[in-house]
Amino acid sequence: MSNAMRTPAGAIPVERYQGAVAEGRFRRLWNANAPGYLFLLPWLIGFFGLTLGPALISLYLSFTDFDMLQSPRWVGIANYVRIATADPKFSAAMHVTLTYVVFSVPFKLTFALLVAMALNRGLRGLTFYRAIFYLPSLLGGSVAIAVLWRQLFASDGLVNAALAQIGIEGPSWISHPNYSIYTLVALSVWQFGSPMIIFLAGLRQIPQDMYEAASLDGASKFRQFYKITLPLLTPVIFFNAVVQTIEAFKAFTPAFIISGGTGGPINSTLFYTLYLYQEAFGNFRMGYASALAWILVVIIAIFTAFSFLTSRYWVHYDD
Amino acid sequence: MTAPVTAARPPSDITKRSLPGSLMIHALLIAASLLMLYPLLWMVSASVRPETEIFSSTSLIPSSIDFSSYARGWVGLDVSFGRFFWNSLVISLLVVTGNVIACSLTAFAFARLRFAGRNFWFAIMLGTLMIPYHVTLIPQYVLFLNLGWVNTILPLVVPKFLASDAFFIFLMVQFFRGIPRELDEAAMMDGCSAWRIYWKIMLPLSLPVLATAAIFSFIWTWDDFFGPLIYLNDMNTYTIQLGLRTFVDSTSASDWGGLFAMSTLTLVPVFFFFLFFQRLLIEGIATTGMKR
Repeated sequence: MSNAMRTPAGAIPVERYQGAVAEGRFRRLWNANAPGYLFLLPWLIGFFGLTLGPALISLYLSFTDFDMLQSPRWVGIANYVRIATADPKFSAAMHVTLTYVVFSVPFKLTFALLVAMALNRGLRGLTFYRAIFYLPSLLGGSVAIAVLWRQLFASDGLVNAALAQIGIEGPSWISHPNYSIYTLVALSVWQFGSPMIIFLAGLRQIPQDMYEAASLDGASKFRQFYKITLPLLTPVIFFNAVVQTIEAFKAFTPAFIISGGTGGPINSTLFYTLYLYQEAFGNFRMGYASALAWILVVIIAIFTAFSFLTSRYWVHYDD
Repeated sequence: MTAPVTAARPPSDITKRSLPGSLMIHALLIAASLLMLYPLLWMVSASVRPETEIFSSTSLIPSSIDFSSYARGWVGLDVSFGRFFWNSLVISLLVVTGNVIACSLTAFAFARLRFAGRNFWFAIMLGTLMIPYHVTLIPQYVLFLNLGWVNTILPLVVPKFLASDAFFIFLMVQFFRGIPRELDEAAMMDGCSAWRIYWKIMLPLSLPVLATAAIFSFIWTWDDFFGPLIYLNDMNTYTIQLGLRTFVDSTSASDWGGLFAMSTLTLVPVFFFFLFFQRLLIEGIATTGMKR
């Protein structure tokens, strides 16, 4: 630790020493702290200039009618009032985003866990299977995949061609407001690779002898899953659920590409972030978009806090 | 490097299973793998098919292989795809450089140096992991607009040199903490400066984590759509993702072969990383719980 705070033992504080002691103390403080702050300098500049500063400014802008053309005019809580009471597009975006979260996250995690358990049996070819299942996750964020998805679910697309072979006439998935969001859910579920890998890592932590003891006691496979695997995996399930939910709230690219940037048909794929983008960079309602951004933060914060508060009732930490 | 996660298990009642049982599992897994890969394989095969055949069959095997879609797609817009690839490559490599340098400097300070307020700043840094970028988006845009940076690659690159990707700082701090302290303490005794310890001891010992950060940086930047969409308006500055999106809008339902050919090409670099650095990617995810 730095000894800058220690006064020299037995030193008598005499007036004329004061200056020298202070100077020495300053030099010691400097020597102790300068290297750390020099290494931290790029991050500090970035934090104040690109994170904290802009965040405070956007909080201010959310109470104005800023439109990039004139200087911002203070409007109080008008933006927030309009969002809460008189913005049908906000309600639509909220509804679409929540539908997406509620359907994509549980399915994604269920698939991830089932496949991880199938792979966790010490079978041959584990690396190969793991790689295949992970590949869509890795490629998933790109425009190419969204383009491909748009084609798969088009009225003359691959999915309907496959359905036709078993005698079902499929709808035009992406241009039907009742189905379009589910094509995006399917795209998200297809990318279950990352949570699968995290589940696999978690399953490996469970000691084998617990299962052996349980089998000797005559516990069925299902009972072993319910009584051993599931409780011991709850921290990993919790982690995956929180991360994937936050990601789902922030999804953008697939909806943008599949709807051509509109969020259509009839706002059925208007993800929250897509609406924010339209307001900010389509209509240049920057003040309003800032308010939308802060509401997104509050929603994510409330969800995260709620998750952590309820986690003590079902997440089993083995300390 | 840590041991590969596919360590052989001691045989036990759980892993000893009957032949039919394990055949069943393999059959299921192979079927699932095919289902997972089918869309990707179909896209690649659509890119080498004669145009008339693309929508008439669900099979993966084209009747004849023909690369003319690639030639057509490459020059399908006013600006060639070569230009988009070059732009994406420049941005991605600069972001990789920025992330590796700035995040390792920051992580070194947090993991190894002692200074007043270290824990406070570390907590702040972790806090920034939680904040959605939408909150800083608009003021940042106005800032870059006033600096005259819109329509250049600067807004996409400069923040990375200021360690804006807190996730990689966190990743590196975790790794640096695992390197024995005796090494730098011995170097300190010999009068090494912090800089020399970072440069001569830490970085050479941290190649795995630097590589992981570099690969993920590259892939995420290569795939990024939102940043370029906002900051790049001139087609000459477009990245591959923006080029592809423009191609979709301009060719809707006319040149499917060209569209799938270019889509396939945009995935090639990511696929290359996947083939060669699969273990690093998977370990990176398993140890830190990454989202993608």
